[in-house]
Amino acid sequence: MSDRPGTPVLELPVAQSPGDHMILNMGPQHPSTHGVLRLVLEIDGEIIQSVRPEIGYLHTGIEKTCEAKFYQQVVPLTDRIDYLSPMANNLCYCLAVERLLGLEIPPRAQWMRVLLVELTRLNSHLVWLGTHAMDIGALTVFLYTFREREEILRLFEDISGQRMMGSYIRIGGLPMEPPLDFFDRTRTFIHSFPEKIDEYSNLLTGNPIFINRLKGVGYLSAKDAIALGVTGPPLRASSVDFDLRRDMPYSSYEKFQFNVPTSTVGDTWARYEVRLAEMRESVKIVQQALDGMPAGALRAHAPKIILPDREKMKTEMEALIHHFKIVTEGFPVPAGEVYQGIESPRGQMGYYVVSDGTAKPYRVHMRNPTFASLQAIETMSKGRLIADLVAVIGSIDIVLGEIDR
Amino acid sequence: MFRMTITPTLLGKAEVLEGMQDHPAIRAILAWKPEALQDAKFDRGELTLTIAPEEIRAACFTVQTTGYNFFEDLTAVDWHPATPRFQLSYHLLSHPYKERIRLRVMLDDADPSVDSITPVWPAANFYEREVFDLFGIRFHEHPDLRRILMPDDWEGYPLRKDYPVEGYR
Repeated sequence: MSDRPGTPVLELPVAQSPGDHMILNMGPQHPSTHGVLRLVLEIDGEIIQSVRPEIGYLHTGIEKTCEAKFYQQVVPLTDRIDYLSPMANNLCYCLAVERLLGLEIPPRAQWMRVLLVELTRLNSHLVWLGTHAMDIGALTVFLYTFREREEILRLFEDISGQRMMGSYIRIGGLPMEPPLDFFDRTRTFIHSFPEKIDEYSNLLTGNPIFINRLKGVGYLSAKDAIALGVTGPPLRASSVDFDLRRDMPYSSYEKFQFNVPTSTVGDTWARYEVRLAEMRESVKIVQQALDGMPAGALRAHAPKIILPDREKMKTEMEALIHHFKIVTEGFPVPAGEVYQGIESPRGQMGYYVVSDGTAKPYRVHMRNPTFASLQAIETMSKGRLIADLVAVIGSIDIVLGEIDR
Repeated sequence: MFRMTITPTLLGKAEVLEGMQDHPAIRAILAWKPEALQDAKFDRGELTLTIAPEEIRAACFTVQTTGYNFFEDLTAVDWHPATPRFQLSYHLLSHPYKERIRLRVMLDDADPSVDSITPVWPAANFYEREVFDLFGIRFHEHPDLRRILMPDDWEGYPLRKDYPVEGYR
C-alpha cells in the first residue's frame, strides 16, 4: 500500500459554476447525515438541482472478511453491519446458512427469533424517530425515545451479555435460554409501550413546525420507488403494499396476525406515519410471541454444527470432540447458493451466501435496504430547499454502516 | 444426524424445462428467445436461469414485463481459476407472484463486461458500480461507472479471489 501515488485528495466544494449553479459539499462530517454520508449538491440559490451521494467512508470490507472466516465466525461480523438492527442481520445470515445446510429450527427458537427481531425493530424505529425529530428541530423527543430504547438494550444485555452486538441468533437456533425474568420484563415493557407511542405522537403529530417541515416534502411515487429499489417503510408510504413478513414469511411469521401499515401520500410525513404505525404492529407481534411461545428446545439437533452445552462437554467425550472439531475446523456446508430475504426495520435485507462445500463461505453478499434507498434521494429532493434534504435523509432512515459495509 | 428439509432439486436446463414449464419467467423467456437460456437450476426453492451475457438486458426487460417488477440485488462471484471466471447474480422479485428468481450470467476473465440493466431498472445503478468497484466487471452504457466504496485511486479489485484478505497486494 506504500507504493500508492500520494494520498487521495478530498474533492472540496470548489466554486465551479455550471451555468449559474453552485456545487456544494454536504458531509461527510455533518450532524444531520447520520454518519459519514457525503452529498455533492448542485444548487441554484437555495434550490437543489441535483444530489450525488458519495459513499464508502465506512467501507470495512466485511464481505471479503467473511470469505476468510468459518460460517459460525461470520455471525459476529453481521452484527457490526448495522448498529441499530444487529439481530435482523444475524437472523438473515443464519436463515441463509440454515437453508444451505437443510437444518430445521425448533418452533421455540423461531418464535424467540421473531420476538427479538421485533424488539430490534422497535429499537431501530425509536432511534430513527428521535434523530429524525432532532434533525427537524424537535429536540425533546430524542430524550423520550432513548429512554425506551435503553430498556430494550437492557433486555438484550440480559439475554446475550451485550447491549448492541449480541450475536444472539446463531446458526441452528439460539445459544441458550434467556434468563428467567426475561419474559416478564418484556411483557411489562411491551404492555406500557403503546402509551409511549402516544406520548411521541402527542409531541410531534400536532406540532405545527414538524408538520410544515414534513408535509408535502420529499414526494416519491410508487413507480419511482419500485424503479429505484426503495423498500420497507418508504415503499409502503408510497402506496405499495408489500411486506416480506406477510408476503413471503420466514421464521414462522405466517403464524402471527398483524397489519401492514401503508399510506397513499408518499411524502416524508407519510413515512413518519407508517413507521409510527409499524411500531404499534410490532408491539402486537411481540405480545403474540410472548403469549404463544412454544416449549421445547432452542437449538436444532445437529451436534456436528451446533456447539454442545458446557455441562455435556464435561461428561460426554463425543460432545468434547464435536466442540473441538467445530471450533478448530468449522463444519462443511453443502455446495450451493441461497438468497435469503427478510424485512429488516429499514426495508428488504438480503443475504446471498455461496458455498463451495468447505467450512468457509465462498461468498457472502449483503443486500442492504438503505444502499438502494439512497438512490432515491435525488428524486425526492430535486427542486426543493436544502433544509428539506435533511428531512428526506431522516425519512429514509439511513445507517452508513450497512451502506458501506 | 439431522433432518434434511426435502426440496426437489432440478438440475440442468432439460429437467427444469420439463418440471417447471408453467413458471411465468420460463414461459416468457422461451416465448421471447429460447436460445438465450443457456442453463437452468431449481435448488433449495430458488430458480436460477443462466442467460447468455449479450442478452441480459433484454432478458431483464422480458421478465420485468411478466411480473418480476422489482430489482432486488446484483452481485458477482469470482470462481477463479475456473472458466468462465465471473458469475453475475441478478435477484429479481415479483410483487404479484410473491416470488424471487435469479438470473445468472457467466463471464470470461478477459475483459469481463456486460450490458448495464439501468435502462430497465435505475435501481441497478449503485449495484453495478459496486460490482465494477470490487470485481472490475464493466457495464456498457452505465450512466456513471465510477468506484463507489473504494477510494477513486485504488488499484485492484478487492473481492477477486486473487486479491489477498490481508497484507500487501
